[in-house]
Amino acid sequence: MALLEVNNLALSFAGLHVIKELEFSVEEGSIASLIGPNGAGKTSVFNCLTGFYRPTAGTIIFNGKSIIHKKPYKITRQGMARTFQNLRLFKSMTVLENVMSGMHCRSSAGPIGAILRTGAQQKEEAEINEFCERCLDFVGLLAVKDRIASNLAYGDQRRVEWARALATQPKLLLLDEPAAGLNHVEKQQLIGLIKRIRDQLGITIFLIEHDMGLVMKVSEKITVIDYGEKIAQGNADEIQNNSKVIEAYLGKEEDEIV
Amino acid sequence: MSIQDILLQQLANGLILGSFYALVALGYTMVYGIIKLLNFAHGDLYMLGSFVGFVILSILSPYIGNSWAGILCSMVLSMIAVGLFGVLIQRIAYVPMLSAPRLSILITALAVSMVLYNGVMAFTDGQYLAFKTDLGFEGLEFGNVFITYTQMILVGASIILMIVLYLFVHKTLYGKAMRAIAIDQDACRLMGINVNKIIALTFFIGTSLAAAAGIMAGTYYGSIHFFMGFVIGLKAFTAAVIGGIGSIPGAMLGGLLLGLLESFGTQIPFIGTEWKDVFSFGILILLLVFKPTGILGKTEIERM
Amino acid sequence: MANFSTILSEWISSQKNRMSILLTLAGIAMFLPLVSSNYGLEVMTNVWFYVMLCLGLNIVVGYAGLLDLGYAAFFAVGAYTTGILTSQFGVNFWLTIPIAVGCSACAGFIIGGPTLRLRSDYLAIVTLGFGEIVRLIARNLEITGGASGLIGIERPSIFGFQLNQIVHFYYVFLILAILACFVSYRLQHSRLGRAWQYVREDEDAAEAMGINRVAVKLYAYVIGAIFGGVAGCFFAVKMTAISPETFMFQQSVLILLGVVLGGMGKIPGVVIGAFALVLFPEVFRDLGSMRMLVFAIVMLIIMLYRPEGIWPAKKS
Ligand SMILES: Nc1ncnc2c1ncn2[C@@H]1O[C@H](COP(=O)(O)OP(=O)(O)OP(=O)(O)O)[C@@H](O)[C@H]1O
Ligand SMILES: [Mg+2]
Repeated sequence: MALLEVNNLALSFAGLHVIKELEFSVEEGSIASLIGPNGAGKTSVFNCLTGFYRPTAGTIIFNGKSIIHKKPYKITRQGMARTFQNLRLFKSMTVLENVMSGMHCRSSAGPIGAILRTGAQQKEEAEINEFCERCLDFVGLLAVKDRIASNLAYGDQRRVEWARALATQPKLLLLDEPAAGLNHVEKQQLIGLIKRIRDQLGITIFLIEHDMGLVMKVSEKITVIDYGEKIAQGNADEIQNNSKVIEAYLGKEEDEIV
Repeated sequence: MSIQDILLQQLANGLILGSFYALVALGYTMVYGIIKLLNFAHGDLYMLGSFVGFVILSILSPYIGNSWAGILCSMVLSMIAVGLFGVLIQRIAYVPMLSAPRLSILITALAVSMVLYNGVMAFTDGQYLAFKTDLGFEGLEFGNVFITYTQMILVGASIILMIVLYLFVHKTLYGKAMRAIAIDQDACRLMGINVNKIIALTFFIGTSLAAAAGIMAGTYYGSIHFFMGFVIGLKAFTAAVIGGIGSIPGAMLGGLLLGLLESFGTQIPFIGTEWKDVFSFGILILLLVFKPTGILGKTEIERM
Repeated sequence: MANFSTILSEWISSQKNRMSILLTLAGIAMFLPLVSSNYGLEVMTNVWFYVMLCLGLNIVVGYAGLLDLGYAAFFAVGAYTTGILTSQFGVNFWLTIPIAVGCSACAGFIIGGPTLRLRSDYLAIVTLGFGEIVRLIARNLEITGGASGLIGIERPSIFGFQLNQIVHFYYVFLILAILACFVSYRLQHSRLGRAWQYVREDEDAAEAMGINRVAVKLYAYVIGAIFGGVAGCFFAVKMTAISPETFMFQQSVLILLGVVLGGMGKIPGVVIGAFALVLFPEVFRDLGSMRMLVFAIVMLIIMLYRPEGIWPAKKS
């Protein structure tokens, strides 16, 4: 059984059908992508998966359990983490503090522990610290852990978001346009990072991306949507040669080439 | 008095109260609709309206008397003066805060409210002022219920104001611009609408309606006080939420509904008038918890 | 000015300097009764009292970023719980404290539970309405003494020693204020304190990180309520009389002013805010009814020109 299974998913805002009868799955241990033209409804799919939008119909099975209509924080606790299309860091906090937010759901000290600084609380704080530093090390940001997040370069801020998502210890990581705004070198590093996350940490990856080169290079399975409907699914070769996809998506680019 | 009489009496009371609430609620809703700001100072502008009206009336009364002519003149002048003051507040206090965190804007609005009521308090020494008029107590009798002409005229005047507002918002280009800005400010800017001007206009209209209500309340109750805006501000906000905040017909409906609810609610055994405010604040809280969109408001899903 | 404040904040941010400042201040506060007149002590007791209230509200407003306009309600719950239990049921004062903590926490829970998911401006109005409801209930019920309130609340004793002079209460409130600082500090620098900051900065991102935003806000609300409740207990026995007028909307606004003035979310800032709150009217007695107006204008100016408050922000 797949790690994530979506059936008949539908979403509408006041009569605007953003997602229609969408069906796809993501296998455990794979790197999968969701692509489609601007406004196709990709981010909305992520928002449905993570509980920020309330689908009007359909089922979402994650790790064998239905997560539909669950609160976002519960879904994260069950092992699904995400990054945002537009950076959503805690701007005035340090890089390390940002990453610590991910560990919140894996720790438990309450107000009494905090006031009395009990042994258990101090041990937990040390663990949080250690794990978050490891996450930062993984994305290569350990050296700047005490800087204020918003003072970092854009590319580094993106990586803080990644480390933060990793700190929630997810099974599935959703990345919304991870390459947007990155330069060529950073994109190459990104491809390496995506693969390392899957290979070394065993985390399944599902990403939205407009950079076709990157998508084709990393993904094992690609789902294409247009106007909220699935128009194709398959591996890189299949998608590149699919006439519907070319029409809906690459069609414009083809005109340019001609 | 028979039960019908009591009901009729409460209906009359409720309509008067409700039309004040509705006028004040309109300003809340218009400002909220257009820039998503909860203008805490709105109730104080109502209070200021009645004080300015009071001053103007006492200047004018030697020439045109204390009756309807005088009240009408001072009402119009006070609406203009306080309306402009509302625009001034918007320029000084709210424009610089529009990109600040929500908490800061709310506290700023609260500070404006404090400046207004403490200012009036300092000038009046915290005293009640008698709002003297020569309106008399004639009226019509309906069975055992007596309704004065003053009461009828006040309700009539607020209905006229609301109709004018409705026509303005729905039949003029300015009104159309207001509604457009409420939906998408940036798009309006791109379309060449002078957004700042329209927002200022909205403040002007909203504030002058509150000022009108303030003078009417002074006329009706016969006395004014620096703190009179506090409770009505809260009530009018309740009315705006009942109707659905951001909706102009909603504010009118909500105002009348709350007025009627209050006047009938206090007739229920064991709920005396001393519980009137508890009753309406209770409604407010329950409503916000269970149906924050109100009767005519639309649900909006925040974009992520 | 800017230069001065950077030097100041740099100097203060050194751990050693900070420790010595704190010890000096504590020393001054401890020995003040030796040199001060009763009037001075009265004023300073009031300062410590407002330090506790402001720190309590600071947890809600400064840490969690929720605007609470009815904070006086929790203060009222504490004061009335103690007042009613001691004067009408003869309960020992010290026993009423845990009960008052329970009652104010419950009040925080009841009002916060359903409303904390509302948008921030709605929440502000709900808390305002709640504050008024509590005051009106106190005013209308018989057990609370109606409009005239409760009188003749007995002064407490500890180990057979009755607290009845201003100097006794000076120390009681000083201890409370220090305790409030300590608890605030510990909370701020903990997992919960960080969670408050995440929620304050970006609720959605916090939720996406697995933080239950309603629960986190509820913690802030209930803890803030407890601060207010405990302050209320001691207020009742110090004054020996309480009336609904003490818990008017203006009281809530005053406490909020203290928090905003010094700097939301910063303990030294809030303490300075509380000082300003109490000392300003004492110093400017001649202003009379203009006093609150000046206060309001100061608050407006602070919001417009220095929304982070008097205390300098932490640098990095
Ligand atoms: N909260 C909302 N309310 C109303 N409409 C929405 C909302 N969220 C998204 N939409 C609409 O749904 C459609 C799909 O938006 P979505 O952001 O999912 O597209 P996308 O595929 O991620 O596009 P892009 O590639 O530009 O990021 C758009 O038409 C958008 O306007
Ligand atoms: Mg998108």
